[in-house]
Amino acid sequence: MSILLILFCVLAAITLSTAFLTIFSRNPIHSAIYLVICFFSIAGHYLLLNAQFLAIVHVIVYSGAIMILFLFTIMLMNLNKENEVHKPRITRLGALVSFCLICLVLIAIFINSKPIVGEYITTGEDYQSIKVLGKILLNEYMVPFEFASILLLVAMIGTVLLSKKEKLQK
Amino acid sequence: MNNILNQIGIENYIFLSIILFCIGIFGVLYRRNAIIVFMSIEIMLNAVNLLFVAFSTYHQDAQGQVFVFFSMAVAAAEVAVGLAILVSIFRNSGSISIDNLKNLKG
Repeated sequence: MSILLILFCVLAAITLSTAFLTIFSRNPIHSAIYLVICFFSIAGHYLLLNAQFLAIVHVIVYSGAIMILFLFTIMLMNLNKENEVHKPRITRLGALVSFCLICLVLIAIFINSKPIVGEYITTGEDYQSIKVLGKILLNEYMVPFEFASILLLVAMIGTVLLSKKEKLQK
Repeated sequence: MNNILNQIGIENYIFLSIILFCIGIFGVLYRRNAIIVFMSIEIMLNAVNLLFVAFSTYHQDAQGQVFVFFSMAVAAAEVAVGLAILVSIFRNSGSISIDNLKNLKG
């Protein structure tokens, strides 16, 4: 068992357990903090796969921007109380059963999908440094890149419009 | 330069992503709090992103990683708009339980 495999197992255990804790903890603030740990461990997976730039972007976007947004929303709504009414028991049981069934089906689909070749290809060329990614992003994927900027602009306008306080009607 | 998948194996990443995705589905079905439902959606998106990066390494190709960038941009936009909707729901009804949303009228 190589050290990389051990590292992968530890990271996977952290990812899965914090994802479960995100769902099961009663307090939304605790959920958000567990989710931050989950995102950091996924960034660790990216580092393990040697995708450094993606790991950095993941930490900045998810753990930085999105989770801060979540935390601020939770604090603005003053939801850090543990008074949530649970769903009826039959619904929770149904959720559990469907979770188990979906897991079973997907794993059963993919359990025989091991690649036929024993060794994975190694081209040896650099394909995931910032330089290469930037070239691909701004040459081949130029149009989707611009559309992503338009999407972010529209999302920003929509957010401002939605969260603006409505004027009282007279 | 050695391929890291020689030591870990792509199937381990597939299984990890599957379980993470199923946890996301479970969270959407199990919880009533709309913020936790959003967090579960984020977990699902991350599972898919992880599989994209794993297969990008498998094929030694950068296009999978470029796709992950776009998916992150969409996730950021989605979270911003969704949380704004949640805030306005909270203002109107005083709670963010998704069961309150069944008395929406068009």
